[in-house]
Amino acid sequence: MRYLPLTPADRAKMLSVIGAKSIDDLFIDVPGVAQIRDLFDLPRHAGEMEVERELAALAAMNRPAGSGPFFCGAGAYKHHIPATVDHVIQRSEFLTSYTPYQPEIAQGTLQVLFEFQTQVAALTGLDVANASMYDGSTACAEAVMMAQRVTRRNKAVLSGGLHPHYAAVTQTIASAESMEITRLAAAIDAEAAVIASIDNDTACVVVQTPNAFGTVTDVSKVAEAAHAAGALLIVVTTEAISFGLLKSPGEMGADIAVAEGQSIGVGLSYGGPYVGLFACKEKYVRQMPGRLCGETLDAEGRRGFVLTLSTREQHIRRDKATSNICTNSGLCALAFTIHLSLLGERGLKSLAALNHSRARELRDALAVIPGVQILTPRFFNEFAVRLPVNAAETVEALVGQGIVAGVPYSRLAPEAGMDDVLLVAATETTTEADIAALVVALKGRTGQ
Amino acid sequence: MSMNSVGRPTRPDQQTPGVGGSLTGARGLLQDEALIFELGGWDKTGVDLEAPKFDASDLGDLVRTAPMGLPGLSEPETMRHYVRLSQKNHAIDLALYPLGSCTMKHNPRLNEKMARLAGFGDLHPLTPVSASQGALALMDRLAHWLKTLTAMPAVAMSPKAGAHGELCGLLCIKAAHEAKGQGHRRTVLVPTSAHGTNPATAAFVGYSVTEIAQTEDGRVDLADLEAKLSADVAAIMVTNPNTCGLFERDIVEIARLTHEVGAYFYCDGANFNAIVGRVRPGDLGVDAMHINLHKTFSTPHGGGGPGAGPVVLSAALAPFAPAPWVVSGSNGFDLIESPEGDAVQGFGRMVAFQGQMGMFVRAYAYMLSHGADGLRQVAEDAVLNANYIKARLSKVMTPAFPEGPCMHEALFDDHWLEGTGITTLDFAKAMIDEGFHPMTMYFPLVVHGAMLIEPTETESKLELDRFCDALIALAHAAKAGDVDRFTGAPYLAPLRRLDETQAARKPKLTWKPVSQTPLAAE
Repeated sequence: MRYLPLTPADRAKMLSVIGAKSIDDLFIDVPGVAQIRDLFDLPRHAGEMEVERELAALAAMNRPAGSGPFFCGAGAYKHHIPATVDHVIQRSEFLTSYTPYQPEIAQGTLQVLFEFQTQVAALTGLDVANASMYDGSTACAEAVMMAQRVTRRNKAVLSGGLHPHYAAVTQTIASAESMEITRLAAAIDAEAAVIASIDNDTACVVVQTPNAFGTVTDVSKVAEAAHAAGALLIVVTTEAISFGLLKSPGEMGADIAVAEGQSIGVGLSYGGPYVGLFACKEKYVRQMPGRLCGETLDAEGRRGFVLTLSTREQHIRRDKATSNICTNSGLCALAFTIHLSLLGERGLKSLAALNHSRARELRDALAVIPGVQILTPRFFNEFAVRLPVNAAETVEALVGQGIVAGVPYSRLAPEAGMDDVLLVAATETTTEADIAALVVALKGRTGQ
Repeated sequence: MSMNSVGRPTRPDQQTPGVGGSLTGARGLLQDEALIFELGGWDKTGVDLEAPKFDASDLGDLVRTAPMGLPGLSEPETMRHYVRLSQKNHAIDLALYPLGSCTMKHNPRLNEKMARLAGFGDLHPLTPVSASQGALALMDRLAHWLKTLTAMPAVAMSPKAGAHGELCGLLCIKAAHEAKGQGHRRTVLVPTSAHGTNPATAAFVGYSVTEIAQTEDGRVDLADLEAKLSADVAAIMVTNPNTCGLFERDIVEIARLTHEVGAYFYCDGANFNAIVGRVRPGDLGVDAMHINLHKTFSTPHGGGGPGAGPVVLSAALAPFAPAPWVVSGSNGFDLIESPEGDAVQGFGRMVAFQGQMGMFVRAYAYMLSHGADGLRQVAEDAVLNANYIKARLSKVMTPAFPEGPCMHEALFDDHWLEGTGITTLDFAKAMIDEGFHPMTMYFPLVVHGAMLIEPTETESKLELDRFCDALIALAHAAKAGDVDRFTGAPYLAPLRRLDETQAARKPKLTWKPVSQTPLAAE
């Protein structure tokens, strides 16, 4: 077996050093009822070629985003990833290292995390950021629980513009901690209802911009209302490229900003691994979940980086920790940092502007199809349209023509009664030909 | 002085005194690399993009005008920056990485290649089900392997790491109690030797944590367990093999006692590598167990993630699993994302999408590569390697539990360092100068000055011997009074020992231009 270096002779020699007659001697503490003598009912080992054959066959049954006109977003976005990113993250020293518990021999990972934290703080317009969460949805749930610790209040209001999966994750996790979660009805412009739901027991309000329907909103008014009631404002962003064009959560008064960072450097990968971004105001740093990397000096006075404020964390505080998180999303954070370092402010702005422009082209092209109504008033690179036909059935039909038309809102939230609503996204990867193909196919489907 | 045939010196002159470090801060070929923010890239970019057709005038004052403060670099500069940083890391590809409880095994590159097939790596999570049948089939096959290896009837695939899996398991348990009218149960029992994530997770879900004592031979104290089990106990969380690297001999009895009071048995599967292919947790009475795909099934640790933590579930807990899940029908596979009707016992949702698909592909490739026979050999070699290290090092160090074999990791205490003036930390840092990553230190908490060594099965005998020889030489040096070698270590790493106290006292968590004051402590 190619991954196992010991030979039968090695094993025999080692057993004799140990003083054991056979390998079974080393398993004597296992109760007899649980000792399985036979091999399990699973295939035997296989060579690289056989494994590759089986997996390639499975992969071929899927339709990758890059294989034709493609308009899905809704929390995960098709972007171009520079070749440099995937090369560097496959370097052994990054790929096969552990969490940087021994800082003297993990400065590579630690300095990257320090750069990552600084980049995330800059993008979100907040003071501090942690070293990543699993993804945007779990970051959102953790933010709500952090607000409970900061305010010592139990109620959270979730905007109707919050991604339905994020709302479900937050509801699942936060209600386990006996928080009372108010989920407002799905709405394309959702902020007025959020403001009306804030009271003096509210720990936090969670709003998303661009929201689940693509709507871009200045949430400053929500911030004012939340702060007047002593509540925190949590701003969620699922499309991180939008930070390059839109006012930052910090500028609009957010106390905590969380985001899905997948769009910067991380592939689609059917939903994971992704990278959750988590930033907040400096005064709340000791209530933050997750790992934090900080600057310090070594014994010779040279700058270095370490994991810090670990008294918040589970391995020190155990049941008093701010979160149970341990392993986070280090390698995806590295990919994010490299991609963003290649982009820089200039490149990120250009990329964001290009995404927005492509979406405007898509909007203009769809708007002239009779029966199709553009629902989202202000958008970044994604918007909602109402079709004259069922959206899920339309998507299914168009897949047969080689076009992935978008995400039917009913797939995210069947209970919302929006069966005719389709979410469509355009990015820098979308071409004029893609848009033209979608228009033709939609016209065909809607009987025009 | 020795020279090669053209007269070039091949070894440094023993007489030459040290120069006290380089003039530039470099160490040999390791550059003293600045932060990305200090490389002058305020107006550079390493990407070429076409100009947009439309501007953003439609967004009015929603557009960001304030500068962000993000530097950019050309591709060669970016490449050099991150490759230089990479060289300051230790990695499993460089040497044995003996972190106990972390299972730092070789990460096969075939798995990386497979995860990057466009059909997996470039597959959107909301691709229509008809166009993602291969992904769903892979999840189904991986689930079959996990269920077969554990003798458990169900598995929740979506948790993103071990601790996330613990959360999933406890939420299943909570939902199951509530469904039986037992929602009043408030307590979770956790051994003193547990991973920190266990009590943290229990508290996260709103339970209060009661610790169970440990016997002198490093196992759960059955008498203490019996005394603490009651109708108020919702679950017990036990790691098996436990964090002392020992198999819980009374595991079947622990499960029986737990079930007798109506509680559930959560097993922390972090150490599954020791028993995979040989012992099935379902046979031991386990109700839920997370499996760290990044430990047992070789997906890379990536400097702190991403991991993946699917949770296998007993029949009693299976109905409470979170969405989404895969089902197979006459038209192929379907993904149940919004359960309706009878299925709505599930406790909710853990993540936005389906979980760590990229890790599923890697783990499945690993399983196929090993097969049932290879996986059994994995457990046997992992246990053999740990016992070999225990046998060799016990001559100079003090094993915490000398009697009987260990499983996949060997645990030592610091008894043997008494009187040397050298701590576990010093000893570990001196290992760095000898080319090895330190073992897990000061964990488990139940052993004084603990040193927990997990070699894994992917180490050759030669590498194990190199490692043991290095530690034995260090142990002799420690006992011979060569104190400076330890208390000042490491000397030869990219940096010397770092001041963690200072870092926590005045946290500086982001880079700021020099003119601004650093972040003040609260």
